[in-house]
Amino acid sequence: MHEVTMASRPRLRSQARLQWDSVRQKRVLLSPEGVLLLNATADAILALCDGQRSVSGIAADLSSRYNHVVDQEVLAFFNRLLQKRLIECDDET
Amino acid sequence: MTMRHNPLGLLAELTYRCPLHCPYCSNPLNLGDHRSELTSEEWFRVLNEAHALGVLQLHLSGGEPLQRRDLLEIVEQARKLGFYTNLITSALSLTPVKAEQLKEAGLDHIQISIQAADSTLSDRIAGTPSYQRKIEAARTVKKLGFPLTLNVVLHRWNIDQVAEIVALAEELAADRLELANTQYYGWAWHNRASLLPTWEQLQRAEVSVRDARARLAEQMQIIYVIPDYYSRYPKPCMGGWGRQQLTVTPNGNVLPCPAAAQITALPIENVRQHSLSWIWYDSPMFNRYRGSDWLPEPCHSCPRQAIDFGGCRCQAFQLTGDAAVTDPVCELSPNHAMITNAVRAVNQLSEPARATAKVTPTFNYRFRTGDRRP
Repeated sequence: MHEVTMASRPRLRSQARLQWDSVRQKRVLLSPEGVLLLNATADAILALCDGQRSVSGIAADLSSRYNHVVDQEVLAFFNRLLQKRLIECDDET
Repeated sequence: MTMRHNPLGLLAELTYRCPLHCPYCSNPLNLGDHRSELTSEEWFRVLNEAHALGVLQLHLSGGEPLQRRDLLEIVEQARKLGFYTNLITSALSLTPVKAEQLKEAGLDHIQISIQAADSTLSDRIAGTPSYQRKIEAARTVKKLGFPLTLNVVLHRWNIDQVAEIVALAEELAADRLELANTQYYGWAWHNRASLLPTWEQLQRAEVSVRDARARLAEQMQIIYVIPDYYSRYPKPCMGGWGRQQLTVTPNGNVLPCPAAAQITALPIENVRQHSLSWIWYDSPMFNRYRGSDWLPEPCHSCPRQAIDFGGCRCQAFQLTGDAAVTDPVCELSPNHAMITNAVRAVNQLSEPARATAKVTPTFNYRFRTGDRRP
């Protein structure tokens, strides 16, 4: 499988839906037969995942607001989402 | 320790009516109690209560959910509440018009069952001509932009077709393919001797699954549900009893899993008498096997209890008459011989005997004669 790189511009696939869960008081990512309960970090990353920003752009944006944002962790998170077929990327390469 | 979890998924069995007669059907053998189906308003109330409990995934199933005249209203209500709404269907009456209406109503995902990779075998297993219409429906589903899951229940008569089934799923551009080995409850239990695959068949199927996964990683998610009769340890049934999932049957019974009604030792609660919340949190049905305190040996001292929760209660009950014992599938269970004997019997059938049997499988079709059909 292709991997997400720092230059990739990920976006949620049309079958995935991000929404607020009022019972658990957190955002969730729903897909066919799938539920991902998002922690604060995952939530902040996905809020910037729009198909326009690159992974490095998202990581830079987050590090301007939070301490300890590690590029490789953001990248690993997107690769997990890619494996679950929750995101897609148009890579310019 | 018994943790209180919010449920993630609701399996809404809207009706047990179905045009197919599959010999492994998971519907109850006795449908007498299910003639009084919940009304639309009752289902709306169930959906509201499920949403308040924290349910996120809604599986509209049956029987055949398309047989409910109020399916569109139920989907609309579900979508309004924010459920991710899945339709689990035989697709026989999923016309292009109906599919479009479902899209407009907000349905998120459609799962279509097929019984084999070719029409002859698929129709024979379904007990009715159906394959062609299913394939047409699958194309419609994709054309409308729904994510599509193709579901095939595997058993001795179709497990040699895994590669062909994958090719079909590929041609239909399915997003997900579920290859689910038969679980032996209900009608499948009745037909176990005819359905259980052999060891060699499984080995070949698993090679096909591995190849397909490697080749199609980017296009398709392939889910392979192993046949637990051939595994060393039991499956983590429903992700734990009363932990993530609940089922509401056509007449409003609420169960921790669709097969749990057969556990006759537990009183079955109904949404017409109780709130979903009381049933989930407080009923004996949901609390009896929740958590790990109740676990018997060898589970109680076993580190795997956090993985498999002692296996499947319904299977334990089916095989031993006691739902509170270790699932006999586990090689550590004192009842494990019940499994190994069934497996040995299938594998000892001589090759010629299997070949003959293959031409004329002896299925007890679900309500094939018609007069007992609901």
